[in-house]
Amino acid sequence: MFALINYFNFAAFKKRSSMNLIKTIENNQMRTDIPEFSSGDTITVYYKIKEGSKERIQHFQGVVLQRRNSGLTETFTVRKISGGIGVERIFPVHSPNIDKIEVNRRGKVRRARLFYLREKTGKQARIKESRS
Amino acid sequence: MFGIIGKKVGMTSIFADNGKMIPCTVIQAGPCVVTQVKTVDNDGYDAIQLGYGERKPKNTPKPLIGHFAKAKTSPKSQIFEFPHFDKQLNIGDSIDVSNFEIGEYVDVIGTSKGKGFQGVVKRHGFSGVGGATHGQHNRLRAPGSMGASSFPSKVIKGMRMAGQTGNSRVKITNLEVLKVDSENNLLVVKGSIPGFNGSVVLIEK
Repeated sequence: MFALINYFNFAAFKKRSSMNLIKTIENNQMRTDIPEFSSGDTITVYYKIKEGSKERIQHFQGVVLQRRNSGLTETFTVRKISGGIGVERIFPVHSPNIDKIEVNRRGKVRRARLFYLREKTGKQARIKESRS
Repeated sequence: MFGIIGKKVGMTSIFADNGKMIPCTVIQAGPCVVTQVKTVDNDGYDAIQLGYGERKPKNTPKPLIGHFAKAKTSPKSQIFEFPHFDKQLNIGDSIDVSNFEIGEYVDVIGTSKGKGFQGVVKRHGFSGVGGATHGQHNRLRAPGSMGASSFPSKVIKGMRMAGQTGNSRVKITNLEVLKVDSENNLLVVKGSIPGFNGSVVLIEK
């Protein structure tokens, strides 16, 4: 009878995979209010900036070059041309400092990572809008 | 000292109150059972022996089954001793992750990832000798000079050389506890800890 009880304990010990355990830690910080977007989309990120006790919101509009990692560590890169110079910023998707994200335009692209945009300027750097 | 046995689950990151992303490691720690209490009178030193993880009785040696039966517990896969335990515990008692608090600093002991036999560049961070060109040959990752000539006429003991790298007991001190999840027996510490995911680690404070 002793052996039988032990066998059940052993099964319970093995049951939960390690990825599920990590998810239990991540889940309560995951955000559900972030809209769906992918690389090629033009988005505006409203980012909270704290200066001492004051808090203000800065917005950053550009093309999403990539989304990488998964779970709570997921980030995305936004590229815009500011004063003729390309500027890229990386944001964590689930950051509490993101006030909101607006999707302005859905782009039609054939890649998940759009690093080729860095070498293109002007007309060549355009992305077709997806019609769906 | 207080200690517990655990298993490295893996790394992730969590957000602090100020919105900063903090890299962290998730450890499944405990519950551990006290399988033996060693005292100065009886054993010559004072320690607590803890057991962690289930093991099939079929695969457990008979003497060990008897040892676990004394503590009225099922066979455990890991047994470790912790000297000079703070807490007064009796044989058969169970300890879990709720003994840790957020903000506390803990030490984590594990077995580092084995890298095999490695040269001095990887093992000790040497820079190698010179460059690849200007007539240099076979010297790029060499250790260079090992010492002087006629005096001392030998290589001084402890000279850093090539050899087995990793797969050794490593202790990382002063890791901050970021989260304690008593329900799932999880402990989240800031930064990295030695070893592979799934390897056994000891957590001390």
